[in-house]
Amino acid sequence: MVAVGSEREVLALAERVLGYAAAEGAEQAEVLYMGEESALTRFANSEIHQNVAESSATLNMRIVFGRRIGVARTNRLDEEGLRRVVESAARIARLQAENPDFVSLPEPEPIRPVEGAFAASTATADPERRAAGARAVIASADAADVLAYGSFATAVETLAVATSLGIRAHQVSTRAQLITVAMGADGEAGYGEALAVDVEAIDPGAVGAEAAGRAVRSRDAAPLSPGDYAVVLEPYAVADMVDHLGWLGFSALAVQEGRSFMEPGRRLGSGLVSVCDDGADPAGTPLAFDFEGVPKRRVDFIEGGVAREVVYDSLTAGKEGKRSTGHALPAPNPWGPFPLNGFMGAGTASREELIGGLERGLLVTRFHYTNPVHPKRAIVTGMTRDGTFLVERGEIVGPVRNLRFTQSYLDALAAVEAVGRERRLLRGSFGSVVVPAVRIGAFAFTGATEH
Amino acid sequence: MRDLTERALETAGARGASYADARVVRHEGRSVTVKTGTVAAVTMGEGEGVGVRVLVDGAWGFTATRSLTPADVDRAAADAVRIARASATAIRHPVRLDDRPAAHGSYATPVEIDPFAVPLEGAIQTLLAADETMRAVPGVAFTEALYDAQREMKVFAASDGSHVEQTITHVGGGLEANAVRDDELQRRSHPDSGGGYLAAGYEHFEALDLPGNAERIATEAVALLAAPQCPPGRRTIVLDPSQLYMQIHESCGHPAELDRVFGTEASYAGTSFLTPDKLGSFRYGSELVDIVADASAPGGLGTFGWDDEGVAAQAVSLVREGIFVGYLSSRETAPRLGLASGGAMRADGWNRIPLIRMTNINLLPRPGMSLEEIIADTDDGLYLHTNRSWSIDDRRLNFQFATEIAWEIRGGALGQMYRNPTYTGITHEFWRACDAVADARSYRMHATPNCGKGEPVQTAHVGHGVSGARFRDVQVGVGKW
Repeated sequence: MVAVGSEREVLALAERVLGYAAAEGAEQAEVLYMGEESALTRFANSEIHQNVAESSATLNMRIVFGRRIGVARTNRLDEEGLRRVVESAARIARLQAENPDFVSLPEPEPIRPVEGAFAASTATADPERRAAGARAVIASADAADVLAYGSFATAVETLAVATSLGIRAHQVSTRAQLITVAMGADGEAGYGEALAVDVEAIDPGAVGAEAAGRAVRSRDAAPLSPGDYAVVLEPYAVADMVDHLGWLGFSALAVQEGRSFMEPGRRLGSGLVSVCDDGADPAGTPLAFDFEGVPKRRVDFIEGGVAREVVYDSLTAGKEGKRSTGHALPAPNPWGPFPLNGFMGAGTASREELIGGLERGLLVTRFHYTNPVHPKRAIVTGMTRDGTFLVERGEIVGPVRNLRFTQSYLDALAAVEAVGRERRLLRGSFGSVVVPAVRIGAFAFTGATEH
Repeated sequence: MRDLTERALETAGARGASYADARVVRHEGRSVTVKTGTVAAVTMGEGEGVGVRVLVDGAWGFTATRSLTPADVDRAAADAVRIARASATAIRHPVRLDDRPAAHGSYATPVEIDPFAVPLEGAIQTLLAADETMRAVPGVAFTEALYDAQREMKVFAASDGSHVEQTITHVGGGLEANAVRDDELQRRSHPDSGGGYLAAGYEHFEALDLPGNAERIATEAVALLAAPQCPPGRRTIVLDPSQLYMQIHESCGHPAELDRVFGTEASYAGTSFLTPDKLGSFRYGSELVDIVADASAPGGLGTFGWDDEGVAAQAVSLVREGIFVGYLSSRETAPRLGLASGGAMRADGWNRIPLIRMTNINLLPRPGMSLEEIIADTDDGLYLHTNRSWSIDDRRLNFQFATEIAWEIRGGALGQMYRNPTYTGITHEFWRACDAVADARSYRMHATPNCGKGEPVQTAHVGHGVSGARFRDVQVGVGKW
């Protein structure tokens, strides 16, 4: 596996396309190049059942006439494909109505390269390496007499932006991800996940052992009546909360449309809760700039429980006379800016202290199929999955069957009693999140299932 | 494109593949999004590539590349073989495929007006007009109007001599009006949340009559701000097709996927309670419940000539008179139950491997009562309309849905409007409590154009033919409001 095109090659291609756009009379133009060499090995019932690899690249062309904007995209990077994508974008722009919110494509700003975004070991990972990883997970499952299910993926991603205003941005990133569910004969299940820039940082045997151990401890789960319980949420569940809050409320467009819960100064969580987006932090999956080529600025959403700021792209920033924070998605983007590098601040509690503080409550490994019921109040429903345990007087009593929750994530933040000192890098719905485990005083479980 | 598929198959065979197939796919799309009076996005997109799938030593390998040069096609086929050999180091059961006949022929979605021959200006003007009508209703905070046309041209060839060519065209459109007051946010959509899609041409977009429905949904969105919260309790509910299609999608379509049953989706979306021991005997629903997976249904997003393994489109009964009788299946999974593939393998483009996906999962209408007559036949209940939220557990048992709006039914008539309606239940208990299915007068094809499954994740376009139905003793009004 190799990176898709060198910086020189990709930016030369972009320059050529900008030249075509100028010939079309474009007043402003933007070329966004997204390349990917990725592979994924998938296993179930302790054997590999799917093994895929992909080489792809997409060129996104944005052309501006005044306040008329057209976007076209293609994966045909031959001469005909490049010329056609420019012509299509120009044609769209010409037939467009003016967008009164548009001010300009972003002006160039210095982009500070990020540390820790690329690892050669991930870029060169081959099918044999992924198969070996799968075998290590399976071996851990075998040792616990359960079956392994999951996937091991590696990717090299190239992101480049070039504009007629002078932006020239290029970054190659790598990503490795291993997820696994271990399941026993009666369906008892446990989960493990690892995400890293460097595939060497993932120990498949350890991830497999984490899942297998959880599955074994989940045997003979007892039914439990729904109701309000104090909870300790493992990082996997906290990742879902941070991710949901990101797309429900941490965007300037959500604020501008009146659908966000964010108001600067409003208390949203307990004083222990801080959430931010930081593309430069090497603890995450670093990204120096966004899909408009604007350098990413750290944005603090919640500090000490109090709402602070939200992310902007050039369109939402222009509407308020501000500067983009570097959180644009690929144009055209009617969904608004989005945080791709979420972080929840670490606390001081050990995992034992988190669980030890539960008089009676639940230890929840992860959430499943969560979906907003009421976006502005951040009321979300979902199920627990792959390891839910009853805790009494600070001790894990035993596994319980999975429960449905219908809970405002904002109310949950307000009820945070303790935050773990260890954090995990985990996948988000688009980017990644770095989150600790937390203890929450009350969480509303509204239904039960049969397993 | 035939020379490319033949080249891929030859290379794969020469490298040791016992079976190979290749799909060359070209895709084009056009979409327009109007947001609150502004044309927020107009996009044209195109893409192409080839995916090569091989079996070596009983294990799968797949490689996809956007480059259609002979050298890169050769490289993709060779890489697929190498990947399959790596897979073979961790298999316990070699793959065996059923013996479907070699497939030959062509298929194209019937289209009256080619959406790629129609200037986009017309769609933009329609959306702007509908958007303006919505915004003219006092209290509307923000709006969205959508037009979308997608076309996929693909050639499938396999080492058994199969060769089919298909052109699939999907068109959709929709409206959304949002009203906001303090912490309350209410939305109404037309025709479904996320829009209404069909396998059809531009004529479908025209038939949606977006301008003609704009004022109604905007008025309802604003009215919902003042409507009372849907009270909790156990109630009779009548589900409009705009919600019932999603109920079928989550609680019947997904659990009937045989790959999920066999565990290959366990680490992502989960497994299924519809285990093979239940096939032919498990009472899934009441005797009124007949559910069919029909890949030949007119207008459905799951309609095609052949699936992405070259199996001809067919109708497969999943539930007959309430009894669970069939699965969505593939050439690999069906033989494990002694069956032939039901033709449900579909890939999300050239760069994805085919998976078992829903085709069109249809709840057949029952002669007797229309949807209006079912409401008139209900003394005390709720009429729930337009899906807003969905969630179901990892075996597809405990579900919870929210709809955009509900109305009280008293003495057979619609009355009080409620906001934030939700309902929850266990799949088979819920379907067994179905005591009325509407007749063909309200039967129409709905769609889920964003069904996620698999790793890497794939988004499928699936259809749902549905007419509306009534369910007794259902828990509504979940959560704290």
